[in-house]
Amino acid sequence: MSATWKTFKPYALITPQTLVFLLFLVFPIVMIGVVSFWEFTGYSMVPAFTLDNYQGIFTSDVTFKTYLNTFKFLGLVWLATLLIGYPVAYFIAFHVPKLEWQILLFLVCTIPFWTSNIIRMISWVPLLGREGLVNQVLLGGGLIQQPLEFLLYSDFAVVLGMVHLYIIFMIAPIFNSLMRIERSLITAAEDLGASGLQIFKEVILPLSAPGIAIGSIFIVTLVMGEFVTVRLMGGGQSASVGKLIQTQIGSLQYPLAAANAMVLLAVTMLIIVSVLRVLDIRKEL
Amino acid sequence: MQKRSLSFYLLLAFFCLFVLFLYGPRSTIFMLSMQGPDGALTFPMRGFSFYWLGQVFQEQRVGNFIEPFMRSLLLGIAVMAITITASVLASMGFRQRFKGSTVIFYMTIASLIVPSILVSLGIGVVFQVMGWPTNWFTSGLGAHLTWTLPIAFLIMLGIFNRFDPAYEEAARDLGASDPKTFWEIVLPLIAPSLLGVGLLTFTLSYDEFTRTSLVSGQNNTLPLEIFGMTTNVTSPALYALGTLTTVFSASIILIAFFAYSAVVKRQRGQA
Repeated sequence: MSATWKTFKPYALITPQTLVFLLFLVFPIVMIGVVSFWEFTGYSMVPAFTLDNYQGIFTSDVTFKTYLNTFKFLGLVWLATLLIGYPVAYFIAFHVPKLEWQILLFLVCTIPFWTSNIIRMISWVPLLGREGLVNQVLLGGGLIQQPLEFLLYSDFAVVLGMVHLYIIFMIAPIFNSLMRIERSLITAAEDLGASGLQIFKEVILPLSAPGIAIGSIFIVTLVMGEFVTVRLMGGGQSASVGKLIQTQIGSLQYPLAAANAMVLLAVTMLIIVSVLRVLDIRKEL
Repeated sequence: MQKRSLSFYLLLAFFCLFVLFLYGPRSTIFMLSMQGPDGALTFPMRGFSFYWLGQVFQEQRVGNFIEPFMRSLLLGIAVMAITITASVLASMGFRQRFKGSTVIFYMTIASLIVPSILVSLGIGVVFQVMGWPTNWFTSGLGAHLTWTLPIAFLIMLGIFNRFDPAYEEAARDLGASDPKTFWEIVLPLIAPSLLGVGLLTFTLSYDEFTRTSLVSGQNNTLPLEIFGMTTNVTSPALYALGTLTTVFSASIILIAFFAYSAVVKRQRGQA
């Protein structure tokens, strides 16, 4: 086998995958960048170089409020997925004795992720609707006189829906980093007289920080561009940047949508970089 | 048997609540899809029958689900074939150090974490500018690959990390060429993992919505069709369709898992 083939081989092997990404990821995003400087004539887009689209975004009150609302969703979803996801991952990793059982329970948490997101959202309707199960039970028990309106088609429902859809993205990386913790470290800490709480604070939590970071990055990217949950669960009342972009595409305002998408990308990257500043994930990769 | 602490029971209770949270809502639409013919969208259940499950296969006023299902099926198979081929090749390339591997690796990660709407919008813009019509088997296929390929690639990297190169070296020492080594040694050894990755890829594609939503063109895939239904269908047929497609995806995942563990067990038995 010749030496040239040996150096050339990895490049030949990665070519198909790289072509897919260049064609359907890199080139499209470059095009979004280009089109964001184009003009919109009212029914079509025209190549040009104008900053009007960006100017419109940065001076608009609506955009500002939409971003605030998106950040609110992000903050709430992040907090909820972390506070629910961490104990769940911790339970499987440290309290379930056998590996087979750990894998089985982790699988139980994972299966819903492989099924349709749309169906998972629709599933909330018979529970939370005006005539849904929750309201029926509360009314029947005499706890409330009027059906609760905020349960469905509200910001509450949007956050609930997103937590339900995306929590696995928080659980999986945390579970992964918890499973990698050397058990002898915990025994050593116990032998040195550390309490359960101390062990958690001084040993387990720092060692699982990279998992939290990776999970947080997933949550950030999933929530920032979110428009389906916002539309289905928010019922037209809730606003998000993703939904704003989708509405602009719906009215064929591609240049404006593109400019918004570029801002969204920049903001998302900024958040990810700050997460990485706080938590180092290199050990995990 | 060690004594269980209080924290064990608290966490166990928390875990059970979490599983209820994950599966509870789903079970309500399962139940509601088995109502009698005069069923509605909310509880209480009105009778019990398989009427609505049968309705899914009838011609509907709101549309026909067989065609979107066939499209999703075909697309899933195409996505699976391309994803498996490309990710196996690429992950084999990564077993050797090469210049630029970091850039390629980060491009893959980027595909996973770029907000989905950018992928969808970007592909839409490219097709618009080029004057090509968007279609589920062109732009839709590309959108699916940006989602399935990085996941499959990362799993394949993990598989090759645990792969013992001694088998290939032995084959090469005996004079086997690179392709022969791949077909006769590597492929049979990674085949059970490929089966798992393939089925996972299929379900990811089968249920994909956000990345496809703006670029599917005239003809909807099944998830898009269901999304359209949510605004205008008021009968339990919607739930029945949801139940059927969920059962379909879940069975593929379970088949993947059990087939994988069965093959691994058999291989261990032979070794």
